[in-house]
Amino acid sequence: MISRRDFLQAGAAASALVAASGLGPLNRVAAQQRLSQADILRFQPLGTLTLLYVADLHAQLRPVYYREPSINLGVGEVKGLVPHLTGKDVLAHFNLPAGSPMAHALSSEDFVALAKNYGRMGGFDRIATIIKAIRAERGEGNCLLLDGGDTWTNAWGALQTKAQDVVEAMNLLKPDAMTGHWEFTLGAERVKEITDKLPFPFLAQNIRDTEFEDRVFEPRKTFERGGAKIAVIGQAYPYTAIANPRWMFPKWSFGLREDDLRKEVEDARAEGADIVVLLSHNGFDIDRKMAGRVKGIDIILTSHTHDALPDVVKVGQTLLIATGSHGKFVSRLDLDIRDKALKGYRFGLIPVFSDAITPDAEMAALVAKHRAPFEKDLSRVLAKTEGLLYRRGNFQGSFDDVFTDAMLQVRDVEIALSPGVRWGASLLPGQDITFEDVTNACAMSYPQCYRTSMKGEMLKTVLEDVADNIFNPDPYLQGGGDMVRVGGMGFTIDPNATIGQRISNMTNLRDGKPIDANREYTVAGWASINEGTQGPPIWDVVSQYLTTKKTITPRPLDAVKVVNI
Amino acid sequence: MTFPDALSRRDAIVLAALSAAATAIGPRLAHADAAAVEAEIKKLYADKKLGSGRVKIDVPQIAENGLVVPINVEVESPMTEQDFVKAVHVYADGNPLPGVVSFAFTPACGKAAASSRMRLAQTQNIIAVAEMSDGSLFTSKVEVKVTIGGCGG
Repeated sequence: MISRRDFLQAGAAASALVAASGLGPLNRVAAQQRLSQADILRFQPLGTLTLLYVADLHAQLRPVYYREPSINLGVGEVKGLVPHLTGKDVLAHFNLPAGSPMAHALSSEDFVALAKNYGRMGGFDRIATIIKAIRAERGEGNCLLLDGGDTWTNAWGALQTKAQDVVEAMNLLKPDAMTGHWEFTLGAERVKEITDKLPFPFLAQNIRDTEFEDRVFEPRKTFERGGAKIAVIGQAYPYTAIANPRWMFPKWSFGLREDDLRKEVEDARAEGADIVVLLSHNGFDIDRKMAGRVKGIDIILTSHTHDALPDVVKVGQTLLIATGSHGKFVSRLDLDIRDKALKGYRFGLIPVFSDAITPDAEMAALVAKHRAPFEKDLSRVLAKTEGLLYRRGNFQGSFDDVFTDAMLQVRDVEIALSPGVRWGASLLPGQDITFEDVTNACAMSYPQCYRTSMKGEMLKTVLEDVADNIFNPDPYLQGGGDMVRVGGMGFTIDPNATIGQRISNMTNLRDGKPIDANREYTVAGWASINEGTQGPPIWDVVSQYLTTKKTITPRPLDAVKVVNI
Repeated sequence: MTFPDALSRRDAIVLAALSAAATAIGPRLAHADAAAVEAEIKKLYADKKLGSGRVKIDVPQIAENGLVVPINVEVESPMTEQDFVKAVHVYADGNPLPGVVSFAFTPACGKAAASSRMRLAQTQNIIAVAEMSDGSLFTSKVEVKVTIGGCGG
């Protein structure tokens, strides 16, 4: 049992690491530091305005473990640049002492040991505490809280209440605006029902009606805070109608709509905005490219790709912020705005260490109220894991193996496909796997686990198509997510090759034989974007498997070989 | 929408020729021989010089629905009696029938811009050729990706 005391004494484990790394006194200081709420909130204020930013919360109302990726490749011009640094490289890049709280929050290095020390991160009640404290410090009229989207979906409670639980919890945080992506998988009607009642605007300049290109949401709003006029333009995920089921919002068209964005920026300036903020669900690499092509944006609040960066990335005069996911961080950006221009800034990626931050009572009560009807389901123990289970990373994670193994067994197929979404919390060795843990990795509105057959060449086409969506060197052609997860089949991938050339050595893991392009294979998968997909919900498939299996022992993740990186 | 009510004789011939060309090279289009289509397009305009610039094609980078991909073309032109855009022809080099649409303009249009929807079988280039009143030609090319989709993060 890990107690708060252990958390505060993380120094013990960390100092061992320091000795090993030989990095000297800076590490020792950091390692011996006792982390408290005051430490976490400490910030030298600047200017008159504070921008607060959260994104990709994925309806995780309570704290979770979430392991950052150990592989997150950048291709083309962004190879080796943040946010494509992982593990030790990310620590070195940001001068983060190994074993320190931020090192743990931002990298996969020594994840299990440090997670045991530092505990879970996130939780709406902790986020509420942080936001309230900053508002109290700066004055409510000097703060702007923005939500980058992927907020309302992907937890069991959110699925059952059609996001009512999260919407109410977010409303309590009093955001000033939001944009979206997975929100749209609630269906157009429900999204409109919610947004019509939201006490703040849902902004999306890039969503238009498919018939006449009419606007579906407000494109932007200008706020007067901290003595300045701040225009916020919303950019929803541009490829929602491709990555998610278009039939759920058949009359909405998305896209990058760069020209329209340029016009929004110009109009905002013409209407007197001192600074222009893009609240974007593009994904980091798209935003980085867009910052170089659309002039006049002061700040881009990035999201979608779940990157967390402890520092600002500058593209020309534009500041890019990456605030992480699952509630692990709240971004604070203090701005000095004078003479209608941004004169200075100070940034802090505030880690939401749940053991160190006092829960906000009002939020805790609201979350508990919404959780109560599902508590029995959520806490149902299905199995135990002997090793670390995680999903995030460009290729198959150990939790993905559980999903693909479950499909292979329960749906009795040769090959299983599982989507490479970047959401889904991690589990530590020795933890019980509850129904909540399973649904945190799969709760969605199109969960049918289909069973079909595909020829080998079709499987290759699918893998090539998804790989091009992730590793296309042009960020504007990248969809976000990670590589599709595969069970029953191994393959080699060369991310830097072109479409049709990336995937090779497709091997049937049952018999070690090469996949035959012309043979039909039985295939199961879930999260199909096709309307009318048949099959049991994936959580039933995984639950059934886990209940039978009782103990999960993760095996080495060697079915995917990555070459030429 | 300025879909031409009456195509000029030339337009009609161009389209017919292109369709014929498409039929002729049809079997090779199974893997979208873009170079062949481009060569055929050049031939349609009697190998006259195709200038670059002035033609702007607005299409999604990735098609949301390959069955109805919106396209907007706009050509820089003063659109006066002396200097105007007569027509814009749109081709999709990976479709079984590459001819997509032709728009005819007169100075009275005021602006050489038009929108339509097209069906795209696969990832391919969209090529627009603008015919100016002085007989000069301008072209531009944009790739549209058609993907299976899914798996969004």
